[in-house]
Amino acid sequence: MDAIRENIPLLLQGIGTTVALTVLGYVFALVVGTAMAVARVSPIPPLRWAATVYVEIFRNIPLLSLLILIAFGLPDVGLRLPYFWCGVLGLTLSSAAFVCENVRSGINTVPVGHAEAARSIGLGFFGTLRHVVLPQAFRSMVQPLVNVFIGTVIGSALCSAIAVQEVTWVTQTLNIRYAQAVLMFLIAGAAYLILSLGGAALGGVIERAVSPGSGRDRSRAGAALDVTAGAQA
Amino acid sequence: MNETSTPPDAAEADDAADAAAAGTGPQRPAGPQGAEGGAAGTQAAERSARRGDSRRTGDPLISARGVDKFFGDFQALKGIDLDIHRGEVVALIGASGSGKSTLCRCLNRLETITRGEITIDGERLPEEGKELTRLRADVGMVFQSFNLFPHLKAIDNVTLGPRKVRGASKADADRQAMELLERVGLADKANSLPTALSGGQQQRVAIARALAMKPKALLFDEPTSALDPEVINEVLDVMAELAEAGMTMLVVTHEMGFARHVCDRVVYMDQGEIVEEGEPEQFFTAPRSDRAKAFLSKILAH
Repeated sequence: MDAIRENIPLLLQGIGTTVALTVLGYVFALVVGTAMAVARVSPIPPLRWAATVYVEIFRNIPLLSLLILIAFGLPDVGLRLPYFWCGVLGLTLSSAAFVCENVRSGINTVPVGHAEAARSIGLGFFGTLRHVVLPQAFRSMVQPLVNVFIGTVIGSALCSAIAVQEVTWVTQTLNIRYAQAVLMFLIAGAAYLILSLGGAALGGVIERAVSPGSGRDRSRAGAALDVTAGAQA
Repeated sequence: MNETSTPPDAAEADDAADAAAAGTGPQRPAGPQGAEGGAAGTQAAERSARRGDSRRTGDPLISARGVDKFFGDFQALKGIDLDIHRGEVVALIGASGSGKSTLCRCLNRLETITRGEITIDGERLPEEGKELTRLRADVGMVFQSFNLFPHLKAIDNVTLGPRKVRGASKADADRQAMELLERVGLADKANSLPTALSGGQQQRVAIARALAMKPKALLFDEPTSALDPEVINEVLDVMAELAEAGMTMLVVTHEMGFARHVCDRVVYMDQGEIVEEGEPEQFFTAPRSDRAKAFLSKILAH
């Protein structure tokens, strides 16, 4: 236990770095991934091709390889980033590919007739996406996006391989010093578990908030419950 | 959800009740109708006379010339020539797969045409871009499957276009939307989500949504085909009222009673071609072409 008590600042710093990596990587991934998804459903073929190529590359490169390529390959072409930002970049590029596919499949769940109706009242491509398609698609995207978040949390551990001092790196280092592998990795595991569960809980809240029948239209939610009750009787 | 009956707007009650009774009321439950025309035919003629026939003169509002449409190797439309004048109500009928829905969708460019030309109010439909978006808003469309936006309340479905496309203020758009919902008999449902509405109510909100853009013409693509029989009339009543008020309409329909008694002209399509067109009474009682005769004998057989 001394191993913990003496290194609380280091451990907290590690956890903080993990949270920063995850949140930054995920938020950037949401932005990039959504833009890619819009490109993939756009009427402009070159945009669609470019986004498809992006997804197929970054979805299929193992994150560890990607991180090492970024950390040690970018300096070769003259771009030097701190290792922390290499980690954020790697997580962003990788998670964005998954976000893109989730957003795109969410868009595809919206019946094409809704997009046609939007066009028939004069909305253009972006107006249709913004006001009609994405608000509907978002409902079906929440849980898949929680999965991507958990993937980003877990993926952030790989940043230890490029010397980002996040919680895996810290516990690994302490393990070398104190030879208490189980204790150290339990700490790291607990940190990841709490982050992932927190993200999932937040996702659940968001999903309920955007689901149909929330807010003022409670009556319909009540009716849905009645249907279930009837089925059981 | 309780089914609310749809009292026509008080101001137009006379005409509307007249048209509704003549066009859609009595025959409806009998299924395919039209054979039992009789007195209703003269009513249609009177109505037509009342509105005057000035509509046939001048340039057409919607005009298609030599329109061909291919899906791969399949030719869905073959050399379509069609003019729709201001205030005219045209029924587009034909068997499934005859190309009538495709033609309807081509007229506001939800489908691209392979050859030919379509003009709306003298302006040629552009290929893509801002101009097309603007012209499209001039021609409203009502779909078989309603296509209300399920995440928006009825009133927000109606105001979306005016606010986001025309830039109307929320207050103005809401006021106009309430008037339109009133007109289709659904003012009390303004704050309901589409899932809480019956099919007939959804379709009436969809009509209000199309009207909110103040279109020059309305296209109806089988507006009642997805509806339960008992709510078809409430939608047809609203459409008859619009026709009465002088709206230019193209109605793809299987409702022969509506085609016969509310429309000014019937266009019959088969295998991607316009086979015959003419006055409803003439078409239903004495079709000229063999294909139209065969079609009518099938649908009016029982």
